[in-house]
Amino acid sequence: MSNDDSGIPRTTPRQSATFSQDVNSEIRRAAATGIYDIRGGGAKRKLPTFDDLLFLGASISRYPLEGYREKCDTNVTIGGLNASNPIHLDIPITIAGMSFGALSGPAKEALGRGASEAGTSTTTGDGGMTHEERGHSSKLVYQYLPSRYGMNPNDLRKADAIEIVVGQGAKPGGGGMLLGQKISDRVADMRNLPKGIDQRSACRHPDWTGPDDLEIKILELREITGWKVPIYVKVAGARPYYDVTLAVKAGADAIVLDGMQGGTAATQDVFIEHVGQPTLAIIRPAVKALQDLGMHRKVQLILSGGIRTGADVAKAMALGADAVAIGSAALIALGDNDPKWEAEYNKLGTTAGAYDDWHEGKDPAGITTQDPELMKRFDPLEGGRRLRNYLKVMTLEAQTIARACGKNHLHNLEPEDLVALTMEAAAMAQVPLAGTDWWPGKTSSF
Amino acid sequence: MQTYDLSTGSLRELNATLHAQNETTNQTAWEIMNPRGAHAIACGLDSPIEVTVCGSTGYYSAGMNQQATVNIKGSAGPGVAENMMSGKVIIDGDASQYAGATGHGGLLVVKGNASSRCGISMKGINIVVHGNIGHMSAFMAQSGNMVVCGDAGEALGDSCYEARLFVRGSVKSLGADCEEKEMRPEHLEILQTLLTEGECDAKPEEFKRYGSARTLYNFNIDNAY
Repeated sequence: MSNDDSGIPRTTPRQSATFSQDVNSEIRRAAATGIYDIRGGGAKRKLPTFDDLLFLGASISRYPLEGYREKCDTNVTIGGLNASNPIHLDIPITIAGMSFGALSGPAKEALGRGASEAGTSTTTGDGGMTHEERGHSSKLVYQYLPSRYGMNPNDLRKADAIEIVVGQGAKPGGGGMLLGQKISDRVADMRNLPKGIDQRSACRHPDWTGPDDLEIKILELREITGWKVPIYVKVAGARPYYDVTLAVKAGADAIVLDGMQGGTAATQDVFIEHVGQPTLAIIRPAVKALQDLGMHRKVQLILSGGIRTGADVAKAMALGADAVAIGSAALIALGDNDPKWEAEYNKLGTTAGAYDDWHEGKDPAGITTQDPELMKRFDPLEGGRRLRNYLKVMTLEAQTIARACGKNHLHNLEPEDLVALTMEAAAMAQVPLAGTDWWPGKTSSF
Repeated sequence: MQTYDLSTGSLRELNATLHAQNETTNQTAWEIMNPRGAHAIACGLDSPIEVTVCGSTGYYSAGMNQQATVNIKGSAGPGVAENMMSGKVIIDGDASQYAGATGHGGLLVVKGNASSRCGISMKGINIVVHGNIGHMSAFMAQSGNMVVCGDAGEALGDSCYEARLFVRGSVKSLGADCEEKEMRPEHLEILQTLLTEGECDAKPEEFKRYGSARTLYNFNIDNAY
């Protein structure tokens, strides 16, 4: 290897950063099939994240709360602006919308069980409300999506809140997909579609366009539900300042804002990786929009997209969110991508942690499937217990950080508690680069 | 006959009053005066009552209707009878965009014309339009029947699934994956029933049927454009 036949040293074979092994394999796959790659999950590329922020903790200028003894509340009320029955949550970590169809019935049940035991809400998805999740969710948010699959006023009135889905972080401007392998009799019946077809969901609502229409749509939903339940509007992290402004103008009680690390059941890989903004980049413009309208803390902001730990929760709240939502992390807590199924992941040509072909319905963990045999592998009671534990740990972690910062409620965390490790994170989060009092774009010193 | 005047009462009170009616109510006939284009009139009804709206309405009148019969004695704004589940909605005048959008059941009758995207994403509703319909009607229509006694605009039935589309007049253009289909005896029967229920004297034999060519049901490189 070191010298050629003439004794001249060889250079080390060099892989191209541009044409990496990943890129080349996708070119070969595309050339062989003629169709784009579809997968689940959120952006896998390296992005600026909450990991690029640090809390300062207390010092002489601020004193901490005793770690295990002093009160640090975690409750949050969502939707008190217009709804007579706002949602009261014990913890500010909610379960994001995931459809029955993408997930099995038992997986939806487990999400409901875990969320309810932890004192938080779960959310339906494209395809309507199932009895599993309504029955096991003490607080259920009903998504109102462009497809309106399974949408009916009876379920609407059973919901504790309504979430009008305008966009999703994984695919701002894109609709849903549910491929034929997962369109079982039950899924087909709920969605009023032929069994086994590759089902597509519209990217735009069928009966409104623009913020003025949305205002009237919200009025209709309030009239149908008697002004009882909160109405959320979910937007992708595309243009957060303007989207939040328009959603509030239209009358939303809460905003769900989803960054590009937020998962999807199935979408083109090129969409997931190249459209949208990182979660870290979207929160400050959204909070500024609420502040400019005088609606911060009146209209609640729920941030989602790559939230994994109590530290992420605390950082999101310090930057101005009222709550967060988790999807991918909740699935991992249930058992998705667990190494115990490694041999089966290998048979599918992948490995635990990287499995994202959820749309094929072959999930070894039995969560993102409609295959009755695979579904048997998943125990909703155990899954619910695991989710409850995970939510509890995240909450304890966030409380630990808040107490260290001297805060007796997670909502009292603030940007001044944070510094950034990178220029990018400092610019996006608008907190000082560690060791300085400056961030890119800052116009005055404090 | 119960009368509610929207020039003096509120939309909230009106809808709450109508929602309070149940299957055994004696107050089965309602007349709404002075709608003046208000939005969300008589939406979310769920009892076998008859509501007559004396004038034109704004967005989403009779939205998500169940069981009730709503007759609009004027024209209806966008999204009339959207997501209707059952019952009957009759519009004496014209209907704006998205009439009957995503409807799961019941019958929507438009005695005038319907604008664009009529029956978009319909999921079992029956729609009878005495006049013409606008562009992109029955887009992604999943099931149910749409009967158009006049002409259809551009891109009828684009990306539709199993809905049946009957048009008596011309069709400006068909949308992707929509084609003319054979009119079989069972379709003539369906048409006759709907024409009768829709108070239309057109003859089933005068119509052509359109529906999905089913070439977009599974992803295929040749479908991408």
